[in-house]
Amino acid sequence: MTQTTTPPGTPVIELRNVSKTFGEVRSLSGVDFAVYPGEIVGLLGDNGAGKSTLVKTVMGFHAPDPGGEIWFNGERIDDWSVARARDLGIETIYQERALCEKQPIWRNMFMGREPRTKWGLLDVARMRSESARLMSDHMGFTSAAVHPDNVVATMSGGEKQGVAITRALYFDANLVILDEPTVGLSLTETKKTLDFVSGIKTAGKSAIFIDHNIFHVYPVVDRLYVLDRGKVAGIYQKSEISMDDLIERLYHVARTGSLN
Amino acid sequence: MVAETQPTGEKPKKPQDNRVGKPSFLRRYVSQVGIVGVGLAMWLAFVIAAPQVFTNQNIYIAFAQTTPQFGIIAIALTFVVITGEMDLSFPSIMALGTAVFCLLAQGGLAWPLALVAAFGTGALCGWINGTLVAWLNIPSLVITIGTSFLFRGLELVMMDGTGVPLTAQEYPEMHAIFRSSPFGIPVQTLWMIIILIGAWFLLNRSRFGAHVFLVGDNPTSARLMGINAVSVKTRAFMLVGVMATFSGLMTSIYGFYFWPTTGEGFLLNTIASVFLGGTSVFGGTGSVAGTFFASYIIGAINAGVVAAGINAFYTQLAFGLVIVVSVVLQTLIDRRMKRQSLTGR
Repeated sequence: MTQTTTPPGTPVIELRNVSKTFGEVRSLSGVDFAVYPGEIVGLLGDNGAGKSTLVKTVMGFHAPDPGGEIWFNGERIDDWSVARARDLGIETIYQERALCEKQPIWRNMFMGREPRTKWGLLDVARMRSESARLMSDHMGFTSAAVHPDNVVATMSGGEKQGVAITRALYFDANLVILDEPTVGLSLTETKKTLDFVSGIKTAGKSAIFIDHNIFHVYPVVDRLYVLDRGKVAGIYQKSEISMDDLIERLYHVARTGSLN
Repeated sequence: MVAETQPTGEKPKKPQDNRVGKPSFLRRYVSQVGIVGVGLAMWLAFVIAAPQVFTNQNIYIAFAQTTPQFGIIAIALTFVVITGEMDLSFPSIMALGTAVFCLLAQGGLAWPLALVAAFGTGALCGWINGTLVAWLNIPSLVITIGTSFLFRGLELVMMDGTGVPLTAQEYPEMHAIFRSSPFGIPVQTLWMIIILIGAWFLLNRSRFGAHVFLVGDNPTSARLMGINAVSVKTRAFMLVGVMATFSGLMTSIYGFYFWPTTGEGFLLNTIASVFLGGTSVFGGTGSVAGTFFASYIIGAINAGVVAAGINAFYTQLAFGLVIVVSVVLQTLIDRRMKRQSLTGR
């Protein structure tokens, strides 16, 4: 297994020796994982390889089993939680989109981080106007009759994804996690999403990109982690490995459980 | 009488050009408009049936005094229902909170301290409910039946099954707070209006309220975005506990006597008010203003049926009719609105 050059600098986020067990099932075992500034990291692996668990641990949704450590910008953090992670500039676009469908767009846009006025009241006017602005600036909703007060349930899959992406974008995240963002999207919507991932790098920020489809992942990432049965089976710089080579190795992992 | 709620005249407008369109007023507040319509229709029916009774203010005073007794709890219960849960134990909390007040006041504690202890008891009961429901993930319908017996049993043991007189001589301040009529308006309804305003701000203009909607809509999404669902639900149950105690005290002072059975007969009126007010049993949507109006409709049926000279046996029939018809109508209108919003874009 080749683990050669890692990018310079301190990782934005680093997991050390992280395991996660749910009852009898061990989803992650002894995983070391790091994302460096300005880097797009791809996460590949079969169903049940532990991709989503890893991401939800990075995000603070799952706490690692005792012994696992989470480091943020070179600092070990013990009380890691979703609220903490979001405060530190980590946003996730989840596979399941994490939207509340009966609620209007503005409530979804600011879910969990609602702005307040100086009186401590919810700044509903700002939530509405910001949502309207974001929808026209980033989601291309100018031509459709979509209002911030429209409930999410009335929107199409791509529009919902747009809300989830715009939400991550709005909070000016340093690290954006995309958990299978292209599932159920049309061709043009997929392209828009991939452009968005490339845009993260241009803006000098980091991302973790998870997808089943290697043809989506490979072109946009800098480094690749291959997960298998809860373990890191391989780490590659994109420059070290061609797409065909990677596909060959992924088949091999799926068959034998090892890369060699 | 149901025709009032049909969305006549005010058709949802299509956007004239391609600009972002706002959902119509009617589409956004359909259930509130509906409930006010039902209320007005019912009132008109009563006035026509018994004009001499319903043009006299006495009937309104009577019903402004008694409706808040369950309406105040209904406003708080709206929060719990929006989070997707239910509380069946509030009648017992009414009694337990009031019992704590009576015992402490009888034991010589100053009334304000006894009042604080009573509210504390209500909050604690709500905390127990909320923790069992949210933290241990027990279905609220099941566990609050259990805690209902628990709180009631505790209260009966504490009171040894006997009541406590609450005379105006002995508790002048309590009577001023819960039973007076400043400017001729029954204080009970003033409290209900104050609590409505407070609850409206809490639900619509606070982070807690925003999280109540989100947790009730999709608890997993809410948690993924960093919302503490356990804390949100627990606080909603605590609100019901405190308001149930408030209502227990108000009800007891109104009758000059604390009965150990206080709260019995409140369960269905209160829950009916929440659902009649347009709050969804599935969680995620609801309105405290709707609950407010619905409470007065439920209260008016009680007073109105008897006053209109109709046999009192018809009260339940009228209840059932108004509730079933209103909820069916709300659902139909809601569906029609949703379909229009789907195809209208």
